[in-house]
Amino acid sequence: MTFGDCTRVAAGALLRYPLRTAMMLLATAIGVAAVLVLTALGEAARSFVTDEFRALGTHLLVVLPGKTETTGMGPGLMAGESPRDLTLDDARAVLRSRAVARVAPLVVGAATVSFGGLERDITVMGTTAAMVEIRQWRMATGEFLRDQDWDRASPECVLGDTLRRELFAGLQPVGHWLRVGDRRCRVAGVLAPQGMSIMANVDELVLMPVAAAQQLLNVPGLFRLLIQATGRETVAGAQRDVVRILKERHRGQEDVTVITQDAVLTTFDGIFGALTAALAGIAAVSLVVAGVLIMNVMLVAVSQRTAEIGLLKALGASRRQVTRLFLTEAMILAACGALAGLVLGYAALVLMRALYPDLAFEPPGWALAGACLVALGCGVGFGILPARRAARLDPIAALAGR
Amino acid sequence: MAMIRLEALGRTFEVGGQQVRALDQVDLTIEAGEYLSIMGPSGSGKSTLLNVLGLLDTPSVGAYWLDGVNTSTMGDDQLAATRQAQIGFVFQSFHLVPRMTAAENVELPMLLAGIGGAERRERAHRSLAGVGLADRADHRPAQLSGGERQRVAIARAIVMQPRLLLADEPTGNLDTGSGAEIVRIMETLNERGLTLIVVTHDLQIGERARRRLRLRDGRVVEDLRAAQA
Repeated sequence: MTFGDCTRVAAGALLRYPLRTAMMLLATAIGVAAVLVLTALGEAARSFVTDEFRALGTHLLVVLPGKTETTGMGPGLMAGESPRDLTLDDARAVLRSRAVARVAPLVVGAATVSFGGLERDITVMGTTAAMVEIRQWRMATGEFLRDQDWDRASPECVLGDTLRRELFAGLQPVGHWLRVGDRRCRVAGVLAPQGMSIMANVDELVLMPVAAAQQLLNVPGLFRLLIQATGRETVAGAQRDVVRILKERHRGQEDVTVITQDAVLTTFDGIFGALTAALAGIAAVSLVVAGVLIMNVMLVAVSQRTAEIGLLKALGASRRQVTRLFLTEAMILAACGALAGLVLGYAALVLMRALYPDLAFEPPGWALAGACLVALGCGVGFGILPARRAARLDPIAALAGR
Repeated sequence: MAMIRLEALGRTFEVGGQQVRALDQVDLTIEAGEYLSIMGPSGSGKSTLLNVLGLLDTPSVGAYWLDGVNTSTMGDDQLAATRQAQIGFVFQSFHLVPRMTAAENVELPMLLAGIGGAERRERAHRSLAGVGLADRADHRPAQLSGGERQRVAIARAIVMQPRLLLADEPTGNLDTGSGAEIVRIMETLNERGLTLIVVTHDLQIGERARRRLRLRDGRVVEDLRAAQA
């Protein structure tokens, strides 16, 4: 019996029961589509988060006061309690390392900003001119904070895009004076829209010189140091230097935590990779359920077609041939189901991309291949039992319809 | 050498914890080209004997020699291959595959034997023409009368050019006219050298055979040979 003949006979048998065949195809298709859609979701989440982190800049190190024993998103990153503050002098000292290209000290706090009759609660970020280069922010109009002595609390500020819209609707903000808390400052420039970032929504920030922000918020220490290494390969050296320099300055106590962007990226990559794998696993369960359904229906098919099986045996079909015929049926179901599932899954992805154009819904290759392999595997695995049962049927009993 | 030789052959079934002897001490020799009918009351073992002869059933004791080969030495695949090449079956209820046309039904044994498509179609057509159904090749069983269905079954049984044709109540589901037609076709095949064994209840059909076997309780109680005409 040639492959083509076997396939034709099996397909003919399937077409005899169109509704039943369609149901089994649908079950498999839903399973495959579920794998595609769920892994695409996981991948979209992963690439969204890692892209956000990458958008922070390149070769970044974050220094936070206080020592945490874990890396990544430890409690320190949120709270940052410290026995000893990070100071502007610490920030200057870090620049001594040859592996460090730029340093931006950060102070963050809440304040009220007002212009004309409008008032808004916002986040103030005190920093220096280096920040715009480290974060690779683009300006919409005007200038960023001037490169000046870090201790000068000059009365100037830079606005995020949302604030510009809400406070200066239609007006050109550069040159106007704002009230931020109890201080006045002149708008030096406006950032182009940056969107959400891991640190904060940049569009809703008011940026001012670090010394001005310290006075405004009444904080002596720094919230973070944002450090840019000279290159990818110097990140580790920069981290060692920063820890050594700050330890020296803090009387031999290592009371800061240095997080590299790569470590954070790797952590998030790992977390979201695991999430995607878990989603794929859940979806694979639905594929296995589809496989069980195929087995169940094939068993019914075998008992419905005993006379046909008996006849095949009387006509000289070997056990192997009968097994092959029924396995081929299961394989055709699984293969067509997988194909339908790919179509269904990609249709769903097109829809999702249309609804959320910002997210990259793209199922990973392994999920694509895995879903099809699991579907085919289920076809074979769950097809074997019914096929064996068919092959073992006693031809006499089968012909008698018993 | 005899084509078929049964030696002290027995076949027992277990029914409800009791041993039932469907065949008991059967000794039988059948030469190639014979025309044999097997008759007897229900439960006398005639169908079991036919199944054993057709290699669908295996004897519990004794030996079955087919063309000098002891069939008990054959494995499952070899039995299937022998059925395919040597034996054709005709059943009371035709056993055509309903989703296939007459031609496809006739092609089925050739398909299992791995014969190519062009040759299959050619031989199926010839075989159908041989039973007078050349114009019905593309009809499905549901579109055919009972007599026509049985003729398709005969075309299928002989398409592999077997040496032995086994018919189990071939006219049981047919009216007298169609039944007579089926018997005539099979007798024509026998005249061309095919060994024909017919199990039947119908005395009229059974007595047409040159050799008549009567079974009772699993034993051969009568083995009559008609004088050569």
